[in-house]
Amino acid sequence: MNYEAVIGLEVHVQVKTRSKMFTRVAAGYGEPPNTLTDPVVLALPGTLPVMNKEAIDKIIKAGLLLGCEIAAVCKWDRKNYFYPDSPKNYQISQYDQPICKGGSVEIELPGTARNIMGEHTRIALTRIHLEEDVGKLNHGDDVSLVDYNRAGTPLMEIVSEPVIRSADEAFAYLTALKTVMIYGDISDCDMEKGQLRCDANISIRPEGSSVLGTKVELKNLNSFSFVRDGISHEIKRQIAVVQAGGTIAQETRDYDGQTGASRSLRSKEMAHDYRYFPDPDLMPVEVDEEWKAKIRATCPELPFDRQRRLQSQYSLPYTITSVLVPDRELADYFEEAARLCGKPQAAANWIANDLLRELGASKNPLVESKVTPAHVAGLVKMVDAGALLSNAAKEVFTDMFKTGELPEAVVARRGLGAQTNLDELERWCSEAIAANAKSVADFKGGKDSAINAFKGPVMRAAKGKADPKRVDETLRRLLAQ
Amino acid sequence: MSQELFTLSIGELSARLQAGSVSAVELMQAVIDRTKEVEPRVHAFNSYDEADALAQARASDERRARAKGLGDAVKRPLEGIPVGIKDVISVAGQPLTASSRMLANFVSPYDATAVVRLREAGAICWGRLNLDEFAMGSSTENSAFGPTSNPWDLERVPGGSSGGSAAALAAGEAIATLGSDTGGSIRQPAALCSVVGLKPTYGRVSRYGLIAFASSLDQIGPFARTVSDAAEILKAISGHDRRDSTSVKLEVPDYGLGIEQLSRSGRRWRLGIPKEYFGEGLDPEVGAAVEAAIAEYRKMGCEVREVSLPHTKYAVGAYYIIATAECSSNLARFDGIRYGHRSKDATDALDIYFKSRAEGFGQEVKRRIILGTYVLSSGYYDAYYLRAQKVRTLIRRDFLEAYKEVDAIVTPTSPTPAFRKGEKAANPLAMYLNDIYTIGVNLAGLPGMSLPCGFTRAGLPIGLQVIGQPFKETELLAIASAYEARTDWRSRQPRL
Repeated sequence: MNYEAVIGLEVHVQVKTRSKMFTRVAAGYGEPPNTLTDPVVLALPGTLPVMNKEAIDKIIKAGLLLGCEIAAVCKWDRKNYFYPDSPKNYQISQYDQPICKGGSVEIELPGTARNIMGEHTRIALTRIHLEEDVGKLNHGDDVSLVDYNRAGTPLMEIVSEPVIRSADEAFAYLTALKTVMIYGDISDCDMEKGQLRCDANISIRPEGSSVLGTKVELKNLNSFSFVRDGISHEIKRQIAVVQAGGTIAQETRDYDGQTGASRSLRSKEMAHDYRYFPDPDLMPVEVDEEWKAKIRATCPELPFDRQRRLQSQYSLPYTITSVLVPDRELADYFEEAARLCGKPQAAANWIANDLLRELGASKNPLVESKVTPAHVAGLVKMVDAGALLSNAAKEVFTDMFKTGELPEAVVARRGLGAQTNLDELERWCSEAIAANAKSVADFKGGKDSAINAFKGPVMRAAKGKADPKRVDETLRRLLAQ
Repeated sequence: MSQELFTLSIGELSARLQAGSVSAVELMQAVIDRTKEVEPRVHAFNSYDEADALAQARASDERRARAKGLGDAVKRPLEGIPVGIKDVISVAGQPLTASSRMLANFVSPYDATAVVRLREAGAICWGRLNLDEFAMGSSTENSAFGPTSNPWDLERVPGGSSGGSAAALAAGEAIATLGSDTGGSIRQPAALCSVVGLKPTYGRVSRYGLIAFASSLDQIGPFARTVSDAAEILKAISGHDRRDSTSVKLEVPDYGLGIEQLSRSGRRWRLGIPKEYFGEGLDPEVGAAVEAAIAEYRKMGCEVREVSLPHTKYAVGAYYIIATAECSSNLARFDGIRYGHRSKDATDALDIYFKSRAEGFGQEVKRRIILGTYVLSSGYYDAYYLRAQKVRTLIRRDFLEAYKEVDAIVTPTSPTPAFRKGEKAANPLAMYLNDIYTIGVNLAGLPGMSLPCGFTRAGLPIGLQVIGQPFKETELLAIASAYEARTDWRSRQPRL
């Protein structure tokens, strides 16, 4: 019998805000332990939470970008459980009234080859709600230490419907979701910094069946590839269990990306009773049309929409747009360069090839690049005008990436410009023609290749800096006289 | 009437401080001396910091001297007045124990908003007043540091949970005090100790820095010797606070001025007497004193009429579901991980929770945490918590319906006068019923106060409860003040 997988993902995304979800202390990463704390974060006696509006703005933005229905009221609940990383021993969350309901994420499945666009489809969302992150435990040999720097950071939980059918689809979903979050400036989604975390609910059923199998929750999928590998492994594990005549137990399993194995964390009987109830410390907040309209005005074009537009508006190939678009800053950079030079394809080539290569080699991010869209545009224009030959242009690019000088300045400093003194070129051409009567006769007699005999002396005279196209044109014009 | 400094009202002392006939340091010293004299018998304080109080008093005298030097009258209404603080409200650098072993060694690093505002008004924050552990109780017997005695009869309880706040004031160990009221914890001890106690409208005073018992019911309020003293303190501590999103953005009126204006206007108040509050369980002497007070209002020309609050009988049940549910969650933070008591025998994280909480919490706190955990559990939530919230809505509606006909509601504060220590300790239900007249006010979020209205033949204080309309504390205070002006209960002092 063939089996199909039914997968739902719960993705936690840290919302990028200046301060924490319910207090004014800064949110951040990489600071010394327990420095991003205050009496509220540490849940000292008598402290109270106060909502961070910036976080609400951002989850509304996420909801609008993903086509969710935005709730009319933002209401908070307490999720009660004891764990040392949770300072209050309850987490402020949203239980029965998430701020976003429904919506979907457009994904691109792998194409048949790297340079071929894959099929696009949509993964439906159940809900998105906001909650606060917990601290971090560091286990030593005989002590465990708690760092509350992360505690209280705004965290979105994005829950998909169980409509994902494969590990590849899950991977594509995460990739698309991350890109939307980055486009909306909602989160940087850096998994290494814990800004995006993923749990998967996985079950299998006979192909074609509409009944849902017993689901297993897979935790600790700490990277995009662990998500893909972990899900793939779990599907195989479940099929093996069923084929061996066993039954799947409802449980939570921990995936170890290093070994590729998973182990049971807890069974259904050990499941928590979170005793949710409305948080009496926080008043429900109305989300009116005016608020939503204000956020809507800040929503960017979605990544796949932009990719389609770049392909049609600038006639760029998929291989280029698939490089430019996932990085919003890079795509912005391209559009600015294209606007400045009016030659989008040439600009795109410089950016997708040379700029990315240099950035990769220097390990610097785009924002630190000394080559700006104006540099790229200037370079494209010079080449287009014949003032710079393509080999020389590559050298100019490398140079200005190091120095930040404009292309004109690099060309002037290093004397890399194409020979553009037309009077001189004309003179060299005339001299070459005058010196080779036989080839003039051959050419005029109909042997077109005879023209090449004049080009060597001209190029020598120009010390190689003459534009071959222009030399050819000039020779033909003079020979026709 | 004794003219000892420590028996005077804020109004009387402010005049003397302003005239220069007494300094803040002299006043503070008089209160400290009195405290040292009676505290072994009363035990109203968990701790006090004499040096810190005197330093605050010196700073007050200096502020006053500077203000005079500039030819400017002192604008701070509580300048130099020692105000005792219930040991469940944070004062920076001072212990914050909630009368629990759990926080026996905890020192709070920050001031509660109410404390910040008292300081801004010039008050001296004085001492940490005893209470039932985490404000759970009606007798102050549930304190891990021993019970407080009622200054009127040391064998009896002062009421609770703010028993220390009421007893200290009655015994002359403070000029005014702050308490907190979740189901009657200010009004009932005020009644049992013959002082004025005011629970403001929910949202009037910031709860930031008040250790939460039941967040949707808790409110900080003053104990004072006179209605106008209570008004001064209320004015100082009220108003929106960005640290408490349940505090409301409403302008704070000048309550003292409001009382004067209303009393001059000669307004005839319409008072409602809820028949449900005068039934079984009401001590005859208490009933008689309250009837006499109502008669006094009639004599003033007030219109008195019977009103009905039909859902009163469900109030205690709804209260003990909502309050315990919230407390089970609020007290989860006391886990021995970051601060507070940690069991020496604990071997791992789970063990730290079990043992620290088992050792750190007292009987009544554990009882309520267990009850609250139960009512929030999956499968019981709808039957208990959700239904209790619906009852709460009905109780609030009862009051608002009555307020279509009356300006305020008048009732006994407590069904009985102060009872003997130990008398109800073994019977939680009997103890819970002590709050039968005060709980509805918290469920409905209304302002309510207790003021002295007499004594039993045995000399035990009796309190009159006046319940006002949401955010109409001025009217409430004016109605209380009208009665106070025609009586002389304050002239009686406990013999200590």
